[in-house]
Amino acid sequence: METTFDFSTITQWFNNLLLGWGLAPWLVTTIECVLVGVGLLLLYALLALFYIYFERKVCAAFQCRLGPNRVGPLGLLQSFADMFKILIKELIQLKHIDKFLFALAPYLVIIASMMAFAVLPWGPGLQIIDFNIGIFFLIAVSSIGVLGILLAGWSSNNKFTLIGAMRSGAQMISYELSIGLSVITMVAFAGTMNVEEIVLAQDNCWFIFAGHVPAIIAFVIYIIAGTAETNRGPFDLPEAESELTAGYHTEYSGIHFGFFYLAEYLNLFIVAGVASLLFFGGWMPLHIPGWEGFNHIMNYIPGIVWFIGKAIVISFIIIWFKWTFPRLRIDQLLKLEWKYLLPINLFNLALMVMIVICGWYIKW
Amino acid sequence: MATIKENIAARFPQATFEDADVLLINIPDEQLHDLAAALRDEYGYDYLITIVGVDRVQSLGAIYFLSSTATNQEISIQVATTDRENPALTSISDLWSIATIYEREIFDFYGIKFLNNQDMRRLFLSIDWVGYPLRKDYDNSPENNAPSTQNERQSDFTQVYTRREDGSIACEDRAVFQPDDFVVNIGPQHPATHGVLRFRTAIDGEIIKKIDVYMGYIHRGIEKLCENLTYPQTLHFTDRMDYFSAHNYHHGLCMCIERAAGIEVPRRAQVIRVIMDELSRIASHCLFFGTYCMDLGATTMLFYTLRVREQILDIMEKTCGARMTFNYDCIGGVMADLDPDFVKDVKALLATLPANLKEYNKLFVGNVIAEGRLEGMGVMSREHAIDWGVTGPSGRASGWACDVRKTHPYSVYPEVEFDEITMTEGDSMARFKCRMLEIEQSARIIEQLIDNIPEGDYLAKVPKVLKLPQGHWFQLVEGCRGVFGVYIESDGGTSPVRMKFVTPSLNLAAVTDSITSGNKIADLITIAGSLDYIVPDMDR
Repeated sequence: METTFDFSTITQWFNNLLLGWGLAPWLVTTIECVLVGVGLLLLYALLALFYIYFERKVCAAFQCRLGPNRVGPLGLLQSFADMFKILIKELIQLKHIDKFLFALAPYLVIIASMMAFAVLPWGPGLQIIDFNIGIFFLIAVSSIGVLGILLAGWSSNNKFTLIGAMRSGAQMISYELSIGLSVITMVAFAGTMNVEEIVLAQDNCWFIFAGHVPAIIAFVIYIIAGTAETNRGPFDLPEAESELTAGYHTEYSGIHFGFFYLAEYLNLFIVAGVASLLFFGGWMPLHIPGWEGFNHIMNYIPGIVWFIGKAIVISFIIIWFKWTFPRLRIDQLLKLEWKYLLPINLFNLALMVMIVICGWYIKW
Repeated sequence: MATIKENIAARFPQATFEDADVLLINIPDEQLHDLAAALRDEYGYDYLITIVGVDRVQSLGAIYFLSSTATNQEISIQVATTDRENPALTSISDLWSIATIYEREIFDFYGIKFLNNQDMRRLFLSIDWVGYPLRKDYDNSPENNAPSTQNERQSDFTQVYTRREDGSIACEDRAVFQPDDFVVNIGPQHPATHGVLRFRTAIDGEIIKKIDVYMGYIHRGIEKLCENLTYPQTLHFTDRMDYFSAHNYHHGLCMCIERAAGIEVPRRAQVIRVIMDELSRIASHCLFFGTYCMDLGATTMLFYTLRVREQILDIMEKTCGARMTFNYDCIGGVMADLDPDFVKDVKALLATLPANLKEYNKLFVGNVIAEGRLEGMGVMSREHAIDWGVTGPSGRASGWACDVRKTHPYSVYPEVEFDEITMTEGDSMARFKCRMLEIEQSARIIEQLIDNIPEGDYLAKVPKVLKLPQGHWFQLVEGCRGVFGVYIESDGGTSPVRMKFVTPSLNLAAVTDSITSGNKIADLITIAGSLDYIVPDMDR
């Protein structure tokens, strides 16, 4: 680990610099929070733009097309143009809606995904907040999103959005169980909920290898449940366009619609990011015990590249699902969760606990 | 046929007979129901092809075309009423469910009320429409039906007409939906209805209770327009009904006119027509796979199927000069000779087709999710299909061998070898697979013909001014979605007195209610999609 650059030295230096100017500690914290917030917003927007471009290119490749290729080199500016368009679009005023809840809903959705960003380990020391129940916090805040979707569906005063929200509520609450249980399985394996410690514990061997069978089962369940949690195909029932036009966000326009749209892509990143944290070592480079030279070279690749790279590979898999499979029906979706994933998950948790107790995992 | 005629003459002494291409029985209205029931139950005429409304100036009437699914014989019944002010006929909607819709269409166009029909609303025109457009005395001045500036008025009530003891007609209003029904409006602007069709769907949670199919948003009055056009001019409308079966529909109308006028079509033209029909069928089924999978959320499939369709459209473009409304078949043959590359291009298509079909099977048919969504969904039994007159691949998936190419072989179809695909499951998956297998059979037909296109004329000599002799003709062909029929009635002039198009999509849309109730709202999309209706085809 000696060659890896620890980002906390910069934050420490900045903190000391501000304190050295004689600023009061509360003011220092406020300034830092504002800077982090601005940075987060920028990152958020850039990631969403990247994902929109990425998904369009990937789906075009699956469909024997070229995808965006006119705006800028390789169409790179296409999503910027789209974003600009959505920003200048009119927010259509609707009659007979609950105006307050209608306006609140997109913010709830986007706040939920922004808060989840706070605990993602971007690199060594590059983490907004590092505390001992990081994973728990992540699960807790990501559940707020469903509230926004339910409110959006309800306040629009439209039958399609109501059905979309109803479906979404049933779906997200069900699949939260699976996500939670598969995360708990990995927490049981790691023995901590602290994100930093989970990453460091994977120094020698990523959990997906160290935890072998139960870890792989947990990963598969996590990916399925994560796809459902982000409302992406084949689980995109809440916004099934052929049934419900656009589901819960049918009535939204302009940037309010944009928030739902962005949140969907950011949630995709969060699901992929958490998967890389729990199963593939977060920002930890690939280390193979005994191969010192190889490990040394791997360490030269910065942690942030590792983390984002892993997240993109996992999101590619989720995008692949969407552009291959047809959509499930609501009863099939719930059956999959309650009759298959949940029992397997509970069994898997017990198996993992047994493996940890007996020490049957791969250790270096 | 003679025995049926004698038997009926003995049982119904008031019946008179008229030998046309289809035997026509004239019967008074009082005995219509008994005769129809007897024909259905005793003589096996169990399939109601269509009901044609006719206005003979001194009387209004309807002609019922029946067919036997066992012997494929046709028979027709004609009833008439001289009361133009308040015309009423007996309904046969209790014998055939599809008659409910056919009778609504006649009520819409002729104002004939069908007594005991449980749903006697207008079908295509708005409920405020003044007059009955297909009557000969219809006043079509724009003042009568000015474009509305108001929202469309809903028909929340339907009428049921019955005859009282004293002979007068009673009208009863009935609500279409229950007061506490949660009605979701799917359409007219909705991605899954494939056009401007509207399903008013009463749901209980996600479960469908009842669907009210609301048609007519692209009704263009084609049958009315035809009455003022010469025969060659009427051809152009058939391209615009089911735009994916443009060749097949053209073929049907041309054959009907040619038969009436006694025109012999050169063999080269006949072979070209059949090849074009089968190419259309492949293109149409390919588009079905794509849009259907897209309805189910598998967007990628659309592009794979459009590849094949594109190839076919390129072939057609070279020969016909168009990619959609080809207008290629004309009376006496085809409009232009084949492109020099035609044979080469078609062979290239046939070479790539098997690999593509294999890919579709791999991508979709064997998929667990697709199986879960389609198998056992929207099951339609053979009897149900016949009751609603559901023909084409959808009818054949229910086990009803209704392919006109086999039942009434026309053109060069008797000379080629191909199998009629029938399945027994009758569910959405069977309808999907049936089309997949039909593509193979279409390719087989083309393979047999492509090397044997005879030399010679592609167009027969046709008089510049085409007049049909007095009489009426009925012709069936197999479109891509089912049986397409043409009824022409001529008084010896250059334009038809009555031209009726029998289109399969009307039946496909009408049957949706009865096979979706009790399923989930998501299944409405898969079931209705698997029927593969085309909205301009039902609305005409």
